[in-house]
Amino acid sequence: MSSVTDTAPVPATRDERGRPVKKRREGANVWLSLLAWVVGILFVLPVVWMVLTSFHSEANAATNPPAVFAPLTLEGYREFFSGGASPWPPLLNSLTASVVSTLLVLLLSLPAAYALSIKPVKKWSDVLFFFLSTKMLPVVAGLLPLYLFAQNAGLLDNIWLLILFYTSMNLPIAVWMMRSFLSEVPVEMLEAASMDGAGLTKTLRSVIAPVVTPGIAATALICFIFSWNELLFARVLTATVAETAPVFLTSFVTSQGLFLAQLCAAAFVVSLPVLVAGFAAQDKLVQGLSLGSVK
Amino acid sequence: MTSVAEKSEVGAAETPPPGVARRASAWARRAPLLPALIFMIIVTQLPFVATLVISFMDWNAYYPDEVGFAGFDNFARVFTDVNMRDAVWTTILLTAGVVLISLLLGLGIALLLDRKFRGRGAVRTMMIAPFLVVPVAAALIWKHALYNPEYGLFNGALTWIWGLFGSDNPPQPDWISNMPLWAVIFALVWQWTPFMMLILLAGLQGRPLDVIEAARIDGANNWQIFRSMTLPHLRQYLELGALLGSIYIVQNFDAVFTITSGGLGTANLPYTIYQIFYQAHDYGRASAAAVVVVLGTIIIATFALRTVSSLFKEEAGR
Repeated sequence: MSSVTDTAPVPATRDERGRPVKKRREGANVWLSLLAWVVGILFVLPVVWMVLTSFHSEANAATNPPAVFAPLTLEGYREFFSGGASPWPPLLNSLTASVVSTLLVLLLSLPAAYALSIKPVKKWSDVLFFFLSTKMLPVVAGLLPLYLFAQNAGLLDNIWLLILFYTSMNLPIAVWMMRSFLSEVPVEMLEAASMDGAGLTKTLRSVIAPVVTPGIAATALICFIFSWNELLFARVLTATVAETAPVFLTSFVTSQGLFLAQLCAAAFVVSLPVLVAGFAAQDKLVQGLSLGSVK
Repeated sequence: MTSVAEKSEVGAAETPPPGVARRASAWARRAPLLPALIFMIIVTQLPFVATLVISFMDWNAYYPDEVGFAGFDNFARVFTDVNMRDAVWTTILLTAGVVLISLLLGLGIALLLDRKFRGRGAVRTMMIAPFLVVPVAAALIWKHALYNPEYGLFNGALTWIWGLFGSDNPPQPDWISNMPLWAVIFALVWQWTPFMMLILLAGLQGRPLDVIEAARIDGANNWQIFRSMTLPHLRQYLELGALLGSIYIVQNFDAVFTITSGGLGTANLPYTIYQIFYQAHDYGRASAAAVVVVLGTIIIATFALRTVSSLFKEEAGR
């Protein structure tokens, strides 16, 4: 922080009116850098506060003014993992639903994106827009029929129904992203491969795969995050057996005599996989979130 | 488009399919697409058709013997229901508020982070954090750890600051009760600003720097460069951010459900429909409401698709 404020002396370059131009700009830069730091700290503060509170005792968590430097303890985590309902089944359910649906999405979206970019079908842009339009259909519009179907088919509280739903939720995004990544494969390289008599498998493996692999990783990351975060459908379609981590968290919504440290521990544990994955792949995250249209 | 596809398009209209080979090649192109397409049609379109059918029915799970055709009754009830009209208004305010504020903030922060300075990577990482907290978890933290009037961080900070000046009489507002909709909007702005910032930052970094340098040498000041060069360049990124943000925020359920449980005039459409369906078990009315939401969304989506389409044309010359 301190390094921001002390700038090296700048050779005074003067503009036509004799003002020290460079120096003035440097001065403004220091303030702008400082502002950036302040904004960044403000935005991360709730997250830091969540983590800090999760390591406080319940007595120190709920104080006014805040007990920032209170001794740290694992009490909140101990209570979260071993007191009352166990969070392990919901966490495992979330993991299963997110990973399996992500794999299904990749399995379906890769060939589809191939058919929309490398060797495009007729009216490929219409098909692409159909996929996007399903994202604009509010999910509540299909909630009731899915619920009634699940009820009649005996699939309520079954993780597989959730997996199917998450697959359909992420498939359009994945098709858009994968298509844009596949479009980056240079046409000349594809032509050269076909001139050399390379078959489909060889072209896929040696020309397309190297270019697209980072894109596949980005797509998988986004699908995982969206599935992991989903609440509405999980809440309606699951109960005790297939309950996911976000649904488990909602048991804290109305709890009387709230345990703040435990709540923060719970929120942190449930967010941890997404935080880790997201920080690890920041750049890919941007590209993925903007459907691959921003590079 | 390759020549094969164009040829078959022309040929198919006039003459019977001239060759097995051509048809086989068309199917070879289509085959990889079909699983995804069929899956999406079954999982998203069929339920909506079912919703449409149920919206014309009298169907309340509490009265299973009275299921029957209702005509437009459900729609009439949706349009005359004060709660529904409030929900429409709330949804508009919430979405527009969050998208506009987070877009503006995101733009400002993206401009700050576009410059080189010490710790830029660290600030960027700090900025992204809000977007990576699970939405329910984030909403819970805002409700209990920040907004809580007795031990929340906001009022705690007020106590601390007032204490610095020797006052033991700090203001202790009850944030959620005093400004419920703003409480939800702020929490969502906090979560969505990083998203807008990331998209706009990517846009800024794709600027042609040589042109800007040339303008600077010609004597253009920062504001002129921003107005006439940066902003036009960013336009499509601003549109993309607004579009994607709107799609997700219109459908927001987590924050409304968690922070206010839809109380105090914060029930948006997804939450209201959830309540009609999940608590009142009035399937007919919930479906009619859902159909109305879809119709509204289609109107907005038409504009949105046009935006994406313009983005998309730039790279469509394949």
